[in-house]
Amino acid sequence: MKRYSLTQAFHYLLKRDLTLSFRNRAEFANPLLFFILVITLFPLAIGAEPVLLSRIAPGIIWVAALLAAMLSLDSIFRSDFDDGSLEQLLLSAHPMPVLVLAKVTAHWFVTGLPLLLVSPVLAVMLGMPSEAQGTLLLTILIGTPILSLIGSIGVALTVGLPKGGIILSLLILPLYVPVLIFASSAIEGAAGGLDVSAQLYMLLSFLFLAVSLSPLATAAALKISMN
Amino acid sequence: MFLWFHKFASPPHFYRIAGKWIPWLTALLLLLLVTGLYGGLVLAPPDYQQGDSYRIIFIHVPAAWMSLFIYVAMAFCGIVVIVWRMKLAEVVLICSAPIGASFTFLALATGSIWGKPMWGTWWVWDARLTSELILLFLYLGVIGLHNAIEDKRIAARAVAILAIVGVINVPIIHYSVEWWNSLHQGPTVTKFDKPSIHWSMLIPLLLMALAFQVYYVLALFQSCRGELLKRERNSKWVAELNGGDDV
Repeated sequence: MKRYSLTQAFHYLLKRDLTLSFRNRAEFANPLLFFILVITLFPLAIGAEPVLLSRIAPGIIWVAALLAAMLSLDSIFRSDFDDGSLEQLLLSAHPMPVLVLAKVTAHWFVTGLPLLLVSPVLAVMLGMPSEAQGTLLLTILIGTPILSLIGSIGVALTVGLPKGGIILSLLILPLYVPVLIFASSAIEGAAGGLDVSAQLYMLLSFLFLAVSLSPLATAAALKISMN
Repeated sequence: MFLWFHKFASPPHFYRIAGKWIPWLTALLLLLLVTGLYGGLVLAPPDYQQGDSYRIIFIHVPAAWMSLFIYVAMAFCGIVVIVWRMKLAEVVLICSAPIGASFTFLALATGSIWGKPMWGTWWVWDARLTSELILLFLYLGVIGLHNAIEDKRIAARAVAILAIVGVINVPIIHYSVEWWNSLHQGPTVTKFDKPSIHWSMLIPLLLMALAFQVYYVLALFQSCRGELLKRERNSKWVAELNGGDDV
């Protein structure tokens, strides 16, 4: 039997997950549609006044991104859990946190990246000033991987449960608060013409913290859930 | 030392010792509570700005301290659960969560009652209030996760991971919220300047804080005893408690 190196294992797992989700289009269409729909609801609910909308646009976009990320989280481990391949991954010779990182990366490509592509359009529809567009993209680019990483801990804890989805939101939404705060305040600051490098650096530091620590927690949680 | 700890932590032994401590702890709690409340409500002078309504501080501040303390204690138990798989730590972890959640709720409720006459509103999106509210959600998440998992030993380990993840996040959340608030609006509400508190108020406050600690241990012992009986209902020592009959 051929033995794969860790980098190869990471690569193959990433490729496998991406292939699987491209064959099942709904997996990335659903969170994206949800994201767009939630944003559409806001003007309908609070009125289409341009000044108001452009003021609350960063908040709306980020809350919608948070909810969309949460909705899509369950798919990180669900199908692998159901068909038993998660068990095989746990049994493999490679360290689980690295494999978890591969799965989360694949998940981000499928659910986070599309948000990055549509959010400028939605921002224009909400009347966000053009100076803030670049910052919006940056926060989405830095922020959504954090959402996937932190979320993977919650999913790993609840994957074995029949009604895991309900409890998942209670587990991870409080942990999303810092991302929400810094991302929306960065966009708001940029719209007001301020220097927002502080917020972006904070977000980046959260990202590094999440990349380095959360796969460990996720791997430990998966081991418990697979008992 | 470790051997002693190991013995203390065995469920039957803990059950017996905790049972013996409960009356003493109750007496101590009553003593502290009565002196603390008397000192706070009767002896301490009214505040020069807030009059008598500041006296809710003697409940509010110790409850807020306890809400943080218990979360840290839970995370500590979480580490013990993950590393040593100690049964007692699992039980302490689980039983702490409802107590911590109650203290958090108490801190929020008394804060809101205090806020009405002082700030003129029940709720302000102030940094401390908001992070306390998020802490309540974290507690509820712990309780919810524990309830959702059938096998209680697995549940305890899952909860342990959640508590550890949470305790890393609590300071981050706290400082983000503080930063968020200071960006959005200036401090419109002046707060107590803590270090300048007069000793006639400080002593009852510390007594109340101590009383709340004792209450935590007392409530913890009682609910741990119940939880231990429930978990170990098929074991020999529980059968012996029932007069030797097999249940």
